[in-house]
Amino acid sequence: MDFKSEWKKLLLIAAVFLAFFYLPVGKPRFDSAVMESLQLVRWYAREHVLLCLVPAFFIAGAISVFVSQASVMKYLGAKANKVLAYGVASVSGSVLAVCSCTVLPLFAGIYRMGAGLGPATAFLYSGPAINVLAIILTARILGVELGIARAVGAVAFSIIIGLLMHLIYRKEEAAKAASQAAMPEPVAARPLWKNGLYFASMVGILVFANWARSGDMRAIFLCCPGGLSTYAVEGRIVQKTEQTVTVVDTKGNTHTLPAALLQGTENLQKNNANESIYKFRWAIVLALLAVFVYMVGRWFNRAELTEWVGATWGFAKQILPLLLFGVFIAGFLLGRPGADHEGVIPATWINKAVGGNSLRANLLASVAGAFMYFATLTEVPIVQGLMGSGMGKGPALALLLAGPALSLPSMLVIRSVMGTGKTVVYVTLVVIMATITGMIFGAWF
Amino acid sequence: MKKLQILGTGCPKCKKLAENTDAAAKALGIEYDMVKVTDINEIMKFGVMMTPALAVDGQVKVVGKVPSPEEIKKMLA
Repeated sequence: MDFKSEWKKLLLIAAVFLAFFYLPVGKPRFDSAVMESLQLVRWYAREHVLLCLVPAFFIAGAISVFVSQASVMKYLGAKANKVLAYGVASVSGSVLAVCSCTVLPLFAGIYRMGAGLGPATAFLYSGPAINVLAIILTARILGVELGIARAVGAVAFSIIIGLLMHLIYRKEEAAKAASQAAMPEPVAARPLWKNGLYFASMVGILVFANWARSGDMRAIFLCCPGGLSTYAVEGRIVQKTEQTVTVVDTKGNTHTLPAALLQGTENLQKNNANESIYKFRWAIVLALLAVFVYMVGRWFNRAELTEWVGATWGFAKQILPLLLFGVFIAGFLLGRPGADHEGVIPATWINKAVGGNSLRANLLASVAGAFMYFATLTEVPIVQGLMGSGMGKGPALALLLAGPALSLPSMLVIRSVMGTGKTVVYVTLVVIMATITGMIFGAWF
Repeated sequence: MKKLQILGTGCPKCKKLAENTDAAAKALGIEYDMVKVTDINEIMKFGVMMTPALAVDGQVKVVGKVPSPEEIKKMLA
């Protein structure tokens, strides 16, 4: 045996063995954490994969195939109008960067060969946060407010950060001579309105298939051991006994909670339009689907459709395993939302660290988010778990804004592109901005 | 002897492009040397900002998409 080459394997086997040897099976906290993670994965699989993620993958696939990326990049080239470049850079992430691995080359390209440091950093910041899949999943799981706040916050602050970077380094920028980049050639296959209708019907299917019933009351519960914060469930109370309260929320999930935690209920106005759309949602979806199939059959040729399905399958293959694994880990560590659903990490710790909306909680969330690496979309179940354990809405947004945009590995790549000084300035700006946005959001909602 | 360079930071699409290029070159029966360029600064030197990309003998042929082996054959011929 060659000990020199084999010792790593030996070490690994020993580590795995020790982990199993001391596996805390039977300890209540460990056992319930395993149960929580299984429950959470099942909930994602049942409630989010078929109606939400599958249509979202088709939309993302269509964007990557049918939206001409070259025509967007035109606005970020060396000769581009500078004011326009900031605007385009801050929103184009939704079209260009469905896969996080394309953000960094594009950033380097805009910096070196295109519109310069300002638009490049604007793109770098907003890109990962406003890709379609991230927005859809955030809005669906964490609530519409957070989804919109994430997209709007990312766009607004990317422009501010880009402008600040440009101002700080304006002398250097003026001296730099940009070279022209090689671009893919734009292909125009069909008029814009046809593409527009095609996308609109897909988005329509996604929206109506997930149409939620409006709740008629909101129940407010104390959250977490220590009762440091509260959370609300919107829906209908189906059962109320001395010990427990059972609420069916607007997404159809049943929450059974100890009656002692119930702080109060308030009635909500029933929205009639909302209710009737809910009643007819399947008819609407079917009609849209029929229109969609007709359009696909008439306007698209075979090669395009194969490419579209291929891209969709590519996203599904790349993202689903990572996401479900991320959900599993988040469930194990943090449990499901609600009291009595704790994971391995006690909710009191999280409540103490990032509960409420203090400056410290927001700063901690954004610094942690900036250094941590999130695989595509896994930031959503992690933030869900943290919020369920008592994280405030402000720190949650701070984490969502600083998290996917930055990680230790991406910092190293960014550093190799623009040097240590600029990277430190950029990271600092992101952390400060995320903290401030988190505080403003937390104070509002 | 053709020099084929696959430009990309290592995402699934880059691997797919490498596979397709390999298949195309084998089908043509040409002698070739395929290199993966993963360093972002090296990629920038080609003037490419959308990965994956394919360069044949230093000339960038495809940017930002994965063509089929059939299409790549035409670029290699």
